[in-house]
Amino acid sequence: MALSRTARLSLRALALAYLFVLVMVPLGLILYRTFEHGLADFWASITTPAAISAVQLSLLIVAIVVPVNVAFGLVTALALARGRFPGRGLLQAVVDLPFAVSPVIVGVSLILLWGVNGWFGGIARAGFQIIFSLPGMVLATIFVTLPFVVREVEPVLHEVGEEQEQAAATLGARRWQTFWRITLPSIRWGLAYGVVLTVARALGEFGALMVVSGSVPGESQTLTLLVHARYIDDHNVYGAYTASTVLMALALVALLLMTMLNRKREEA
Amino acid sequence: MITVHGVSKRFGDYVALDDVSLEVPDGSLTALLGPSGSGKSTLLRIIGGLEAPDAGRVEIHGEDATGLPPQRRGIGFVFQHYAAFKHMTVYDNVAFGLTVRKRPKQEIRERVEELLGIVGLAGYARRYPNQLSGGQRQRMALARALAVEPRLLLLDEPFGALDAKVRAELREWLRRLHEEVHVTTLLVTHDQEEAMSIADRIAVMDKARIEQVGSPRELYDRPASPFVMGFLGPVARLGRQLVRPHDITIGSEAVDGALEAMVSRVIHLGFEVRVELMLTSGEAVSAQVTRTEADELELRRGDIVWLRSAGGTALTAS
Repeated sequence: MALSRTARLSLRALALAYLFVLVMVPLGLILYRTFEHGLADFWASITTPAAISAVQLSLLIVAIVVPVNVAFGLVTALALARGRFPGRGLLQAVVDLPFAVSPVIVGVSLILLWGVNGWFGGIARAGFQIIFSLPGMVLATIFVTLPFVVREVEPVLHEVGEEQEQAAATLGARRWQTFWRITLPSIRWGLAYGVVLTVARALGEFGALMVVSGSVPGESQTLTLLVHARYIDDHNVYGAYTASTVLMALALVALLLMTMLNRKREEA
Repeated sequence: MITVHGVSKRFGDYVALDDVSLEVPDGSLTALLGPSGSGKSTLLRIIGGLEAPDAGRVEIHGEDATGLPPQRRGIGFVFQHYAAFKHMTVYDNVAFGLTVRKRPKQEIRERVEELLGIVGLAGYARRYPNQLSGGQRQRMALARALAVEPRLLLLDEPFGALDAKVRAELREWLRRLHEEVHVTTLLVTHDQEEAMSIADRIAVMDKARIEQVGSPRELYDRPASPFVMGFLGPVARLGRQLVRPHDITIGSEAVDGALEAMVSRVIHLGFEVRVELMLTSGEAVSAQVTRTEADELELRRGDIVWLRSAGGTALTAS
């Protein structure tokens, strides 16, 4: 499509204005509100015991969820890309389910399953708390981030094809040798991209955690829950801004990694 | 000796191999020749353990290998599209088979350097596959397959992805390599010229079956079927007889058993002359004669001549 110079420039201006109003202005305002009283206040606000605990809890959840999703994601992607088995189509659909289901529903369903009156309520009654505690929050986060690794790795596996793996087998490599030396290196950028997406999503998850965590400060409150609690419950608007800024900084690191990896992936 | 007994293979409704048996003698370079879809690649992959047959047996050096995984067959396999390990250097590619066998570093280095020398890639050890040409990649793949000292080398259309000039060079090179290394080799190709020029034995395949096995000369001179005859060279049809165009004798007088024809075109191809003729039945025939013969007959467009088979290869058309 050939566009005149004026049309091209005004389209560009429109896109930028749109991004500015919808993304840059709100985020910029938060940054402005965060630092308008100076760095000392900011520092004090994000080093309260509740805030430190929230950062730690968010990072802890990420640290548990990522390895679990990598392991599950690799196995599932390999099964989908290499295997021919009944129920393959069903598996394809189920993997995408967390994208389609609202996180709030995930939270509710977890309570139905693991809560004191749920199917597996016996575990809670025996004293091992899942809902309103770390295990429940991990389960919820695993659920909402489940598709990322699978969806990033599977197309790469298709593209790389099976020939290199077959060649390795004819050269005497055992299955795990082929996996470590051939399969994993050839999907490494796709896998890394899936991990970064998982991290970003896990940090930002709110709805499901809201339902299953109980949001007890210093105990079961992640960064997103802290932002919400400070804003709505404590009317500590400034504290909500500063916590948001920390969350954004963590997300920004993930975003930068994502951009770098994307470039690597396109080169490979 | 590699022996295949009554192997069959289906993919869904599609019959890829139908009760195929074959023997590959030690030290030979055997070609599996056939059109695409004839089952030749499937047969090679079954021998290599990359596919499992539905029925039948594969023996490698007297040992039943039917259920063995590819790792334990003592084979080297070369793929049409190289299957280079893209994230490894040429050196690591060639060393792969020895590395996974945990051979000493020093031994690996000596073996890899020797092989890179043999395949003419001595200066390329530190490069990556995407920095090599197609021909170089395929030579690297051959070195990689040879590194583990296979008892049997399996090549699946190894030159199919290369341009004509490189293909001819590599063909010649593979022939010489085989004379030096003497590893039993089975090569899949759809190119009859390739099979004739490098193989000492050819198995011609068509429609999931082996049509005929023999030396290139035997197959050319004594084809078992019209298919084999047609696949290995040009065929002209004289009445109910199938003959090679160079086995047609053109005479200016009627003799017993000769067919009347009219010259429709005379094409000079240097030493050889191709004469295109029309039989009284209306069928077109192409004959090949030497320049001397053509000059003696003073062939011109519109001449009436008599054609007969000069012996040589002839089959009765079905």
